[in-house]
Parts: sequence; C-alpha cells; structure tokens
Amino acid sequence: MKTLMLGNEAVARGLWEAGCSFASSYPGTPSTEITEAVAKYSEVYAEWAPNEKVATEAAFGACLAGHRSFCAMKHVGLNVAADPLFTIAYTGVNAGMIIAVADDAGMHSSQNEQDSRHYAKSSKVPMLEPSDSAEALEFTKLAYEISEKFDTAVLLKMCTRVSHSQSVVETGERVETVKEYAKNPQKYIMMPGNAKRRHPVVEERTAALTEFAENTEINRVFDGSDKSMGIITASTSFQYVKEVFGDRYPVLKLGMAWPMPVKKIRDFAASVDKVIVVEELDAFIEEHCRNIGVEVQGKSIFPCIDELSQNKVAEALGVKVHHGEALDEAIPARPPVMCAGCPHRGLFYTLAKNKLTVLGDIGCYTLGAVPPLAAIDTTICMGASVSGLHGFNKSGTGESEGKTVAVIGDSTFMHSGITGLVNIAYNDSNSTVIILDNSITGMTGHQQNPTTGYNLKGDPAAKINLEELCRAVGINRVRVVDPYNLAECETVIKEELSVNEPSVIISRRPCALLKYVKHNKPLVVDADKCRSCKMCMKIGCPAISMIGGKAKIDNTLCTGCGVCEQLCKFDALKAPEED
Amino acid sequence: MDTKNIMIVGVGGQGSLLASKLLGKLLLMKGYDTKVSEVHGMSQRGGSVVTYVRFGDKVYSPIIDKGEADFIVSFELLEAARWTEYLKPGSGKIVTNTQQVNPMPVITGAAEYPEGLVEKMLAKGIDVAAVDALSLAEQAGSAKAVNIVLMGKLSNYFDFTEEEWLTAVEESVPQKFLELNKKAFLLGRNA
Repeated sequence: MKTLMLGNEAVARGLWEAGCSFASSYPGTPSTEITEAVAKYSEVYAEWAPNEKVATEAAFGACLAGHRSFCAMKHVGLNVAADPLFTIAYTGVNAGMIIAVADDAGMHSSQNEQDSRHYAKSSKVPMLEPSDSAEALEFTKLAYEISEKFDTAVLLKMCTRVSHSQSVVETGERVETVKEYAKNPQKYIMMPGNAKRRHPVVEERTAALTEFAENTEINRVFDGSDKSMGIITASTSFQYVKEVFGDRYPVLKLGMAWPMPVKKIRDFAASVDKVIVVEELDAFIEEHCRNIGVEVQGKSIFPCIDELSQNKVAEALGVKVHHGEALDEAIPARPPVMCAGCPHRGLFYTLAKNKLTVLGDIGCYTLGAVPPLAAIDTTICMGASVSGLHGFNKSGTGESEGKTVAVIGDSTFMHSGITGLVNIAYNDSNSTVIILDNSITGMTGHQQNPTTGYNLKGDPAAKINLEELCRAVGINRVRVVDPYNLAECETVIKEELSVNEPSVIISRRPCALLKYVKHNKPLVVDADKCRSCKMCMKIGCPAISMIGGKAKIDNTLCTGCGVCEQLCKFDALKAPEED
Repeated sequence: MDTKNIMIVGVGGQGSLLASKLLGKLLLMKGYDTKVSEVHGMSQRGGSVVTYVRFGDKVYSPIIDKGEADFIVSFELLEAARWTEYLKPGSGKIVTNTQQVNPMPVITGAAEYPEGLVEKMLAKGIDVAAVDALSLAEQAGSAKAVNIVLMGKLSNYFDFTEEEWLTAVEESVPQKFLELNKKAFLLGRNA
C-alpha cells in the first residue's frame, strides 16, 4: 500500500517489517518519532531509557539474546553512547542490531551541528544513509541483513530533512526472526586477550564491507547526458542535486556512508571530466575520494556550515536562481519563548531578580536564557549544569558559592545529572542544584521518563522519587518549592545558598501543556489601577502586553498561573470574580 | 507537471502540522508524488514555524527555497510578511489570516508590530488574499479551527472538487470534531 510517512515513521515501519522486537531510546530531536512510532506495533517491545548509553547497551543485550534490536538518538546522543559503540564494534552481534542517529544540520533544535559519519569511520561500524522515507524503510530492512551477514551493529544515519519530511512509501508485511543465544566468551567478553583477537576480525570485516559497498545497489549511479561533470552525493543533498539538475549530469549516490567503495568511485570519476562532491557539513566523502587518489571539488565551493538547499547547490555550481523579493519593512523576530503558564518562568524570574550565576542545561528551560529573563550563564550538554557547578564553586575560594546555582530538568537529571550530584556530595562542594521537575520530557514533545510514573506505552511504571534519590546520594538538604509561588521560591533559594553544605531544591509543577493540567481562568486587568510600571513585563509571558500604556491579557493564552499577579504592586492584575 | 510548492507558515502551536497533513492526504489521493517537510522541537515553542508541501510528477527536494513558493498560507499576518521573499516572483499568491500575534520583541517593547502589512504587500504587487480566519473559526465553533478555515480559503485556487477536499478533512481530524471542521472549511472556502 502506498502511503505518506515521515522518515522517522518509515524507519519504524522498516523495523516492524524486519521482525525487530526490541527498541530502547532516549528522545532527541529529530530522532524521537522513530521510537514513538515503533511503540505502536504490538509485536515490538519499546521503551524510553534514561539515556543513550543505557539504550544502546540494552539494545545490545537484546540482540545478544537473539532478538533483532534497535536504539535511536540524536547526534549528540551518540556522544553519550560512544562508549558501548566502539566495543560492540568488536564483539559483533547475534541477532541484528541497528543504532539510528539523527543529525541536525542547521541546528533547528540542537546545541551543535556535529557530523555523525565520523563515528562510523572511527568505530569501524558500517553506516547507511537514506535520502527519503522510502529509502528509510528499505535501508532499515537492509541494515538488519548487513548486521547479521557481517556480524556487526549497523548505524542508520538520519538528518532533520529525512526524519521530518513525509514522502511516499510502499509498505510490506512483518517477517519474524529469532536466533538462539550461545555462550561465546572469546567473542563477547572484551578483555585484552580476546579483544586483541577480535580487532583483526574487525579489520577483515571492514574489507569485506568495502567489497559489499562496491556492489550494493544502494551505491547507485544515475546516468546523465552531460559528462563534463559528475556529482558524488548522499542523503538529502542528493535530492537537492536532482532538483537542480534532473538527469543532466551523472550522479553517484552513496547510500552507504561507511565504508565507501573505492573502485566504484574511481570508475565513476573516470567516466566524467571532473567530479564535484555535494555533502552537508564535513568533507567526509571528499576526503575519502582524495585518499583513494580521486581528484574532487567539494568544500572549496560548498559551506561546511548549516544545511544545504536547492538554491545553495545551484548557486555554488553557477546556476542562476530567482530569489523572491522581501518586503521593505523591519519584521520583528519571533524567537521561541516559554509558554504562558510555564512553571519554569517564576523560578527563572527569581534567579534573575537575585542576580545569580546560573549554570544551565538542555531542555525547554534553556529558554530562560532569552530576554527579558536572561537568567542563564552557560549551556553545554546534558548534565553539564550539575557537574559544572561543582567545578565553578570548588575551584575558587568559596566566593561563588552563595550566588551560583545549577538548573536541570527532571528528565535531564535522570539522563546525566545524577552522577554530577554524586560528585557534589562525594567531593563536598557547597553547591545548590535546582531540579526543574515539570513531570515530563518537554522540549522533545512530552515523553515519559523515570520520574513521571508512566512508560513509553502510557502504562503505569515505577516512579523515581527525586527527594529520596538526592538524599540517597548524600545530599542532606532537599527542599521542594512551587515555582508559581514567587515568595516561597525566593526564600528557599536564599536559605539554601546561605547554608554551608550541598543542597537540592526541587521546583515542582507539571508542564502547563500536559493534558491533565487544569488551568485557571485568565486574569483580568483593572485598567484604573494599572500604573504602567511594566513590572508584569519582566517575566516575558507571551500572554501579557502593554497596549495604550496599560497591561493587557491575551485570554487565549493566559492559564491564570498568577505569577504576574504577584509582581503587580497596585493590584491591577487579578483572578476574575467567581460567578 | 512541474512541481508545485505550498508553504504553511505561522506561530508554533497554531496547528500548521494538521494543515500539512490534510494537504498531504489530498495530494496523495490525487496521485501526485508528494513531500511534506515539518519542523519539530525548539521552534515549536511560540517561534516562527514553516512547513513545506511540494507535489508533482516527481518531487526531489523536501524543502522550498526563496523565490519558489506558488502559495504561502500564513496563520498570522506578520509571518506572511516575514516569508514574502519565498514567493515565486510574478505568480505566487499569499493566503493569510489577518490575526496578529505579538512576538516577544514587540511584547517587551524592543520592536513594533508593523502596521498596514496587507496594504504594503498589495502595494508591492503581491497577490494577497486576507481573511479573518479566527472569527470564522470561532463562528464554526472553535478558535482552533483556524487551520481548516485557511485550507478552505486555499481550496479556491485548486481544481480539486469540494468533495475531495472534504474527504481529506475527514481523514485528518478526529471524528468528534468533524462537523465543526467541515463547517470551518466551508466558511473559509466561501469567505
């Protein structure tokens, strides 16, 4: 049946058709929907793991037990999972195993735009790279075949434009596969003696995979009439090349990002006058071509920054494009903002008001960095707020301790914050960590996590008690505040910063977008009392604006959280009278 | 047939994903090769969002570049103005909601919401159809139906039948909101 599917949904369909029965992932844009979609197939066990390393190791365990397994992550998640990746490369697999990694060139929702293809090369694990949804489905099934034939995990590289674009796919039926588990210490216990014997196997495997790359249909030449130029490309860049040139120039499309063929590329180069490499981000294919003695042009004409597009490809290769005309008007930017009613707002207002130094983390609450709150000093990666705070405080003579905090979400804390907190307790820094517990993984679109009490399928699950967890790692002072209550937030933060021992403040209030959260009626403005002082504007709430010098509430947005009401010294903002 | 390009722009959270889903179903039903490119994640939090819908005999790129859009459907007036340079010079058309949603720089007073945007676009020779989709959506029964009202307005510029459009509406919205959305579609189509 022909149907439109997101690239991510197509991967999930491919997993199901190929008989995958185990999926474990941590959410991360743009990879999240693969695991959400595969969870809808009853034959597949699917879960959210606390982080990508756990997910990858769980998927390895499942494949070892004889079941085709899967894990997915965004590009930065693969940094977290790199440890198991490099050694699973040595052990190989029992049943097939796929690790999907979704890059985010253009950084639509990421902190960097690293190119994951380097991981395939350096870990010596093969990588397939689909360019649309139909290929996402087809390559997923092929990845399991490669995995079992060559005894290796397989990386499936997605990117924002493949993951989040819908295109036409043809679906098939599921084929079940299960293998027996047999103990094999030389293969599966990677201690030096065994690993020394496995490394040559890995090198032989790469040679065999290179031979496979010479012959596989997913490394395909599309013929062209004009041989003055040939283009080597992959992934979404292939689509841009075909959009611009159609069938004019010969194109070698590499569906296999690693290892790459040698003879096929040399033969292709010999069939055209010159070779251009079109690829997003780094010069990965380009450097391979040079290494095998094929002269190409690539990053000398294309940027290694940001996504490509049809216009960028056209202009770099001398094709004129017709840009439209912008309006002669200053169009104000529309950056993302914390939602009206967001529980993080009151907490960040308190941090900004007290001029604290704030080490931030990854999640919706990174928006606390945006004016007018502008409350965050640094954001690096998952968990870095907690670990960084320890170093910030411990390295000095104590002057930062009373005015510096870390902020980290509940899901991020589960992902990588716990070990940082252990370090604070164990190495005794006088640090205050604030856990922003909104009872969900927010930014990626509301995924459950170990603190929410529900699993990926929506069923009740074990619920980690944050207070007990923090005490168990050695934090004696654990406080809970309601971020809608500004006075309480300020009092508790000041108290915890003033004491001479580590502490944790849990700022607890569910995300205002959760379906079960009941909103209050929108606040009303008493225009006679409003003195235009703009205190209510300091919290950056999208539901409040000043019109004609008076505060105005947008009834379609306001959730009646009452944070602005607490800031108004003239009682101009009020909850409406009860009927 | 050459590839046709429709951009759906608006403010994160306004329901542009449902509109693109509806168009995708309709275009696939009509037998076109179709690609729909969405934005998830950070920019959905009240930021400026864009969805690309492309259809034709064979569609390669999933995105629409500057100067390529046959239609820009905008859920908010400022967003229509922001993406104007993506319109195909000479033949592109903007279908926009007249609703204004202030972005944070306007709310904080760092910038002003430009006045008379529809007139300015018309003065530049841009083909603009402006409709108060919010009022029509409320008339249909829910402010959330702005997306379907705008699909109704857009439907006037295609050869597909009303029945085909309504089938796509039916396949895209939850059953319990079907009548409301059909009404919203027809209010937009006849606006």
